[in-house]
Amino acid sequence: MVLPATPDMPDADDAILRVERLSKYYPVSRGFFQRRHLLLHAVDDASFEVRRGEVSGLVGESGCGKTTTGRLIARLILPTAGRIFVDNADVSKIQGSDLVEFRQKVQMIFQDPYESLDPRMTIFDIVTEPLNVNGIGNLEEREERVAEMLSLVGITPPSAFLFRFPHELSGGQRQRVAIARALVVNPTFVVADEPTSMLDVSIRTGVMKLLAQLREDLGISYLYITHDLAVARYLCDRIAVMYLGKIVEMGTAEEIVKEPLHPYTRALISAVPVPDPAIRRPVPNIKGGLSKPINPLPRCRFYERCPDARGVCADQNHPELKEVSGGRFVACHVL
Amino acid sequence: MWKIRWKLTVRGLAQNWAVFRESRVGMLGVVIILLFGVFGALWPIMINTVWDPLVYHPVVGFDPMVLHPSPPTRAHLLGTDPIGRDILAQLMFSTGREFLLGVLSALITVVIGTVIGTVAAYYGGFTDTFFMRVADIMMLFPFIPLLVVVGSMVRLTFFPFAMILGVLGGFGGITIILKAQALSVKVRPYIDAARVAGGSSFHIIRAHIIPNVLPLSFLYMMFNVTSAILSEATLSFFGVLNIDMSWGMMIHTADVAGYLFDFGKYWWLWLPSGVAITLFCAAFYMVGRGLDEVVNPRLRKR
Ligand SMILES: Nc1ncnc2c1ncn2[C@@H]1O[C@H](COP(=O)(O)OP(=O)(O)O)[C@@H](O)[C@H]1O
Ligand code: SF4
Ligand SMILES: [Mg+2]
Repeated sequence: MVLPATPDMPDADDAILRVERLSKYYPVSRGFFQRRHLLLHAVDDASFEVRRGEVSGLVGESGCGKTTTGRLIARLILPTAGRIFVDNADVSKIQGSDLVEFRQKVQMIFQDPYESLDPRMTIFDIVTEPLNVNGIGNLEEREERVAEMLSLVGITPPSAFLFRFPHELSGGQRQRVAIARALVVNPTFVVADEPTSMLDVSIRTGVMKLLAQLREDLGISYLYITHDLAVARYLCDRIAVMYLGKIVEMGTAEEIVKEPLHPYTRALISAVPVPDPAIRRPVPNIKGGLSKPINPLPRCRFYERCPDARGVCADQNHPELKEVSGGRFVACHVL
Repeated sequence: MWKIRWKLTVRGLAQNWAVFRESRVGMLGVVIILLFGVFGALWPIMINTVWDPLVYHPVVGFDPMVLHPSPPTRAHLLGTDPIGRDILAQLMFSTGREFLLGVLSALITVVIGTVIGTVAAYYGGFTDTFFMRVADIMMLFPFIPLLVVVGSMVRLTFFPFAMILGVLGGFGGITIILKAQALSVKVRPYIDAARVAGGSSFHIIRAHIIPNVLPLSFLYMMFNVTSAILSEATLSFFGVLNIDMSWGMMIHTADVAGYLFDFGKYWWLWLPSGVAITLFCAAFYMVGRGLDEVVNPRLRKR
């Protein structure tokens, strides 16, 4: 697929995805009689970008808003505020034929391969669906393309799987099918939402290696969502760390893992087993679990759990993301 | 390609059949329906071979050799009705039409119910509210009395009546049930996946939501056959349908001639059709119960 040149874009930079001050609030009701206006800040004023040909990791605990961010980017939901640009086109404003093009350019791999494949469809129908709804190719070409994609993701021989149903496949095979389906339309950008977290530990590495390989071979840019810093380090060029809807730290995978700055990132790192005993890390123990960001107080989101918290953190609003060195961002009053 | 798809369909049906067979109630229902099928299929054979149409015609037949209503004899195994027609012939003739009426109106009900239920679930908002209020009204409104009134004003013949029953049912309670099912399908991740793939709303409803709701639709179709036949029998009994012959009509005939006042003595006038109605309705209900185990696998024992 050849994309039209966009000469009227003044800053056609090297970012395939640019997220600017993105927010998604969900109205929530607590109890039957409570009428107070409550908003859950699933994603709260988040900004980051993914460069062309790179893999960016979005890392954070479960419930911090990663999936919501992914769904916003894939235009499954629309933002409450902020903007998303894919190839410099504002995702929320895409309509008509541009939307058709967007749906081929941007694909998503979902967390649960037991749920993201229609149980009443054959593997062939699942993988051809994107071609089918976009009217790409005739039946013969589609058959060829599907076979090609299935072999690419390691479902071999394809002919043995085409007319099976998802429940006849293992979890790893299903996720491979989901990957084949996402890639069948030659996307330029893929949101991978924890694609290995629901799989058996033994087959995770295989699927991760496949994703890394595909990135090499096809030059696709990914937003790789995971709660596991070790996975992000293995797969990603850059990492953004998310906490309760906020991006708290950004940098290259190397920088984030070797030299975490934000107290939350440091806590995450200390949870990752280190192969090299020579590397010693301070162990900041963070208290408690993740709460829901419903009408959050105007102070640092991490305040309750932060080992470094001081007075300034409670008095001031949540810290802005500041660039501390080239491409390295942190949101903390103390740093 | 089509061969493979056909094979897959057959295999799927075979698997469902294997589950269905475990249900005794369901199998009993199937057997009864098959027996009715054979019974109904005998009609054209009998009238063209053994039976003299002048005597055994279910509507205009008359046997001049006996007094009517005649109790069962060798010539009339289930007796004759007050105007000299053979009860067994009437029973056989009506079977095919009961099938037609039940299945046709249930089919209309289920098609309308499935479309409305899935559309209301998918779009929500005003569409949803509107159809749900319509369903509420349909469920609360006393349609049998209304049809009695309507039927006494206009001539309700066979096909229009089947359509009316089907349509009234389609906007009724079945939409609420199928909508609930469609709502649970709508939030499944494969619906998001289809949207990411570029599927339109129409595509998603047609290719994902409806196929995943359809087993439940089929299940409710069985229950709708039962209720259609019961409605027909009730309305025929009140004599408001312009149908020349049906099981309900047979009881109606006995009633207007005054023989139901001594129903013990004239048992053959109402018992055969009464048993037929009961068995037929029960059979479809039982098949529905059996299908429930196919559609809702959590009920399975294993
Ligand atoms: N549709 C929704 N309605 C209300 N709350 C939601 C909805 N989707 C997500 N949330 C809430 O938003 C927060 C972030 O969820 P999610 O993006 O799924 O997190 P993650 O993927 O990081 O685990 C959670 O607290 C979740 O309960
Ligand atoms: S701003 Fe304060 S509370 Fe927030 S992370 Fe930094 S030190 Fe902790
Ligand atoms: Mg998630």
